[in-house]
Amino acid sequence: MALNEVLEFVAQTHAGMVRTNNEDSVATDPAYGLAILADGMGGYNAGEVASGMATTLLSSELAKSFALRPPSEKDDSGKLWVHSVLETEAARTNGAIFQAAQSQPQYAGMGTTLVMGVFHDNTVTVAHIGDSRLYRLRGEDFVQVTRDHSLLQEQIDSGMITQEQAKHSQNKNLVTRAVGVDPEVSVEIHDYEVLPGDVYLFCSDGLNDMVEDEEIAMTVGALSANLELCAAQLIQMACDNGGRDNVSVILVKAKAEFPATNKWISRFLAWFN
Amino acid sequence: MAKIILSMDGTTLKDIPLNKERITIGRKPHNDIQIDNLAISGEHAVIVTILNDSFLEDMGSTNGTFVNGQQVKKHFLQNGDTIELGKYRLKYINDVPQQTSNADFEKTMILRPGAVPKAPVAPAVPAMAPPQPTAAPPQPSMPPRPTAPALPLAAIQILSGSNAGKEMELTKTLTTLGKPGVQVAVIARRPHGYFITHVEGANFPVVCGNAIGTQAHQLKDHDIIELSGIKMEFFIKN
Repeated sequence: MALNEVLEFVAQTHAGMVRTNNEDSVATDPAYGLAILADGMGGYNAGEVASGMATTLLSSELAKSFALRPPSEKDDSGKLWVHSVLETEAARTNGAIFQAAQSQPQYAGMGTTLVMGVFHDNTVTVAHIGDSRLYRLRGEDFVQVTRDHSLLQEQIDSGMITQEQAKHSQNKNLVTRAVGVDPEVSVEIHDYEVLPGDVYLFCSDGLNDMVEDEEIAMTVGALSANLELCAAQLIQMACDNGGRDNVSVILVKAKAEFPATNKWISRFLAWFN
Repeated sequence: MAKIILSMDGTTLKDIPLNKERITIGRKPHNDIQIDNLAISGEHAVIVTILNDSFLEDMGSTNGTFVNGQQVKKHFLQNGDTIELGKYRLKYINDVPQQTSNADFEKTMILRPGAVPKAPVAPAVPAMAPPQPTAAPPQPSMPPRPTAPALPLAAIQILSGSNAGKEMELTKTLTTLGKPGVQVAVIARRPHGYFITHVEGANFPVVCGNAIGTQAHQLKDHDIIELSGIKMEFFIKN
C-alpha cells in the first residue's frame, strides 16, 4: 500500500497575534512520508528566508534521494539509507543557509531550527536541531519525543533547575544548535517504531510555549479523528493564550502498518504474476 | 539587567547590579557584597547569574540563608524574591519582560557554542535501535500557564435519551460530545465564549434547528443542540 494511503498529513502555520510576519515554515510530502518544520530566526525578516530555504531544499532533496533508493535500505557502507541521506542533506542545507547569510548582508545572522520525520517501514526516523519538537500520542500516552537543543534543557539535564522552575526561566528562547549559523551543524537522528493509531505532532515553540503539554495532549486525543480541525484548534489555543510567537504544527496519523516492500520479493511476485 | 537592593530595617542601603557570573556575599572584605555583621558568615552565600536567570546558593553559613521566609540551600531566584541574611534584606529585581514591551523578547536566539558549559544531551524517548522497551518515561515540559481571562462557567444538560437530566460542566478547554466513529462534536472554551465544532460523522450537529456545517459555531445561553438524535441544552451558569 502506498504511504499516502496509510499516513494522513496535515500542516498549518500561523503568524500568531503579535508578529507581523511568519518566520516558520512547514512542508510535507505524503508520497515519501516526509514532514519538515523549521522556525527561522535572526536578521531583519531573514528568519523566514532561512526556514523557507530549509523546508524547500530538504523536501525536494529528500524526495529525490528516496526516489533513488527507499529509506529503509542500506547504503554502500551498510548504513541505513535514511540516516545517510538525512545527515548529508542537513549538512548541505546548513551550508546553503550559512553561505547565503555570509554573502548577503541583509541575511547576516539568520538561522533556523529544524525538526523532520521520515516515515518508512513502520518506523519514523526523526532528525532535529534546536527547540522545535516532535510529540507522539499513542493510546492515552502523550510523550515528547525530541529533546530540545536549548540552554533550558541543558540546565534541566544537569539538575541545575527543575521542570517546574523551568516554567519561570527567562532563558527560554535560547537554542544551543541551529541550522545555518555555523559552517557545520550536528543533527540528532533517532528511529522510533510506529504503531497503527499513533498521532505525531511536529510543532514550533510558538505552540508549546503558549499551551501546556496537558492541553496539547487533550486536544490531540479529542480531535485525532479530524486532523485539520485538530491543527486549527491547537493554533487557536496558542493564539487565545496570547500568540506571542509564530505557531506551526504538522500532524501525522498512521492509519495502518506500512512495512517496506522488499524489492526482491516484489520483483519475484511481479514475475510470478 | 537583574539587580539586588540591599536594605536594613526598611532603609535602602544600596543597589547592586548582577553584572558578574558570581557575586559573593559575606562578612569578610573580599566578598562582592560585604555585610559586616556577626550574624553573617565569612563566606555566606553566592548568586550565580547565567544570562537572564540567577541562582542563590548558601555557602554553608552558620545562620543560614532565607528566601521569602524559607531556608534555602539553593534557590532559583524570581523577580521580587527577598533574601534574608540576619537583619539584612536583599531584594532580587529582574523585570526584563516588563521593560521590553516589543515582541523581541520572545524571539528565539542562537546561543553560541561554548558560551555555556554543555551537558550531555540524550533523546527523551529511547530510540528504537538498539532494541529497548518503547515505554519511556514522558518528559513533560511545562510552559507557564497564561492566566485565563474570566469567562462565565457554562454547562450542557442532556434533555433526551437514557442520560436525560444529566448535567456536564464545560470546565475544560475542550469537551467532546457524541460517540467516536458515529458522530462527534467538540465544544471549545475560548476567552470570548463557547464554540461548538463538528469533528466526525456523516451528520453535522444541529443548533436551534440548523445544521452548523464544518465551521465553529458560537453557542448562546439556552441554545438547544442535537447530536445523534440526543437533545441537549447549553446554558451559562452563575
